[in-house]
Amino acid sequence: MKILVTVKEVAEVDDEFDISGLDIAESSLEYDLNEWDDYAVEEAVQTSESHDDVEVVTVTVGPERAEETIRMALAKGADRAIRVWDDTLEDAQFLDVETKAELITAVAEEEAPDLVLSGVQAGDDANGATGVAVAEELGFEWAAVVNHLELDADAEIASVRRELEGGIEELTDVELPAVLTIQTGINEPRYASLRGIRQAQRKPLEVNSLEDLGLDAGVVDSPVERTSMYEPESESDATVWEGSPEETAGELAAFLRDKGVVDG
Amino acid sequence: MTVLAVAEHRRGDLRDVSFELVTAGRELADELGSDLAVAVIGGDVEGFVEELNREGVDTIYTVAEGEEFNHGIYAQTIEQLHAELDPAALLLPNSVNGLDYAPAVAEQLDLPLVTDVIALEGSDPVEVTREQYGGKVEITYDIGAEQYVLTVRPAEWPTATAGGEATVETFETDIDEGALGTTVKGFEEVGAGDVDITEAEVLVSIGRGIEEEENIPLIEALADALDATLSSSRPIVDNGWLPQNRQVGQSGKVVTPDVYIAIGISGAVQHVAGMKGSDTIVAINTDPNAPIYDIADYGIVDDLFEVIPALIEEFGGDVPDI
Ligand SMILES: Cc1cc2nc3c(=O)[nH]c(=O)nc-3n(C[C@H](O)[C@H](O)[C@H](O)COP(=O)(O)OP(=O)(O)OC[C@H]3O[C@@H](n4cnc5c(N)ncnc54)[C@H](O)[C@@H]3O)c2cc1C
Repeated sequence: MKILVTVKEVAEVDDEFDISGLDIAESSLEYDLNEWDDYAVEEAVQTSESHDDVEVVTVTVGPERAEETIRMALAKGADRAIRVWDDTLEDAQFLDVETKAELITAVAEEEAPDLVLSGVQAGDDANGATGVAVAEELGFEWAAVVNHLELDADAEIASVRRELEGGIEELTDVELPAVLTIQTGINEPRYASLRGIRQAQRKPLEVNSLEDLGLDAGVVDSPVERTSMYEPESESDATVWEGSPEETAGELAAFLRDKGVVDG
Repeated sequence: MTVLAVAEHRRGDLRDVSFELVTAGRELADELGSDLAVAVIGGDVEGFVEELNREGVDTIYTVAEGEEFNHGIYAQTIEQLHAELDPAALLLPNSVNGLDYAPAVAEQLDLPLVTDVIALEGSDPVEVTREQYGGKVEITYDIGAEQYVLTVRPAEWPTATAGGEATVETFETDIDEGALGTTVKGFEEVGAGDVDITEAEVLVSIGRGIEEEENIPLIEALADALDATLSSSRPIVDNGWLPQNRQVGQSGKVVTPDVYIAIGISGAVQHVAGMKGSDTIVAINTDPNAPIYDIADYGIVDDLFEVIPALIEEFGGDVPDI
């Protein structure tokens, strides 16, 4: 059995940041493995540990910088990695859902996995759409926002729980092959061990260009065009207490006493 | 021209986002000078019609297919409706179920998709706004296409008022049962337990700013000193540091205490969905740009590890060694 996990390197914005053109200034960004993908990688690795003959392959759309993140997934137990990038992607204004789905689908068609695990969303763009779009492109079944997974590989069924709003879970059987978008909390992602980190350096990491995937530059064309990025005007009329911790704590204490919600 | 919105229901009830979609849909239809059609798929469609007949709706299409949501039925139905009505915009809810079919429908129809839209403007092209980077920035996009799919963030638009004059039409679909690859087996409620945070008058709520499980006693000591109840954002529950019944937000509990003290919580949209109805909101967060300050009444922009011990002492509590 083969599991393909989509792994994204996400940008996190510093508390104080600048906007440069249509994006956050590079100097205000730090990069990390997407939180949701961390859970997806863990779910795949746990499956490979509890079933025979499971290969875990990760796929990332991202520049060379993303290899740090990819190595992290390899250190946690993925077997090999594929990174998709080239100048056309580098030069695109941004990659919309359809473009990302096409790139990942092209890789999935080569790999022919039984299961694709992706995160519910990426922490930076928060489109929440790529996994299900890939499923449709591939002609796979799917389930979004999965917080429990049991695989019956022989019956080719994934029994999942989908986390709906308000503490309700939907129990659903999904025919394989399928794409599942993984929700945080489904498992406890491990930390990479020193041994894992060392081994990760030797695991295969293949880089594919559009041409390698049989795609042309048209894949980045999008009718959706970003026109501005700005800090939202704060709707806040919050009173911010200033001063030393003792002073601000004193203000809050006085407020709580005034309000009559606490004694003492 | 038409704008087509698709209602959402679960276990016998229409969800509020359906009525918000009517408002957003009417707004867009006015921009485009078009009609607004609303489709309701599955369940007690006749009963739903009455409730969906709100101001601004021109036509309601009922599709009596299945009881509960099944993404295969939704996708097939919407594709057929789309072929019939040829709408400019397809408006879908940015809910958990919306995200389970909207991307597939957009892909199938080969239409551009923008999710989690918070504002719409203009018509040629339509400009949509969404957030990025955890709500720290907003981005506008022009959609240069005749037809497109948008998912609309819940609770951004008001619900449409009752008293519509819509025409109701039955829409017959042709569902390929063989192509349905998922089966919904049932539902389960989670998050029961000894403590009901929805009953609390004062909630001391902790987020990822607490950093380590070992630091939780600090917040417990504060809750003790204030005689308040402890709640949290999602990562604290995901990490297993507090039980599920303490989680506030979209997938946890909706709370409305007199005072909600958000400590080391950024104010992500899914968290805010569960606490914005609190009477007074106090935020303690080192980041002055954290979205939580947009809805807070009072704030302390400082390190919780400095402020919380001082606050515990104010109320004569013992500060734990952490
Ligand atoms: C489908 C779905 C459902 C979800 N449901 C929920 C839900 O029900 N509830 C929920 O909460 N989330 C939910 N989320 C997750 C949500 O998107 C956020 O990831 C989450 O709310 C973030 O939690 P947080 O604010 O504690 O952490 P972060 O966003 O990481 O914020 C931590 C904050 O702590 C501050 N901080 C750090 N150190 C300190 C310090 N020393 N002193 C003071 N402040 C400090 C930081 O400035 C930051 O603002 C859901 C997500 C999805 C996709």
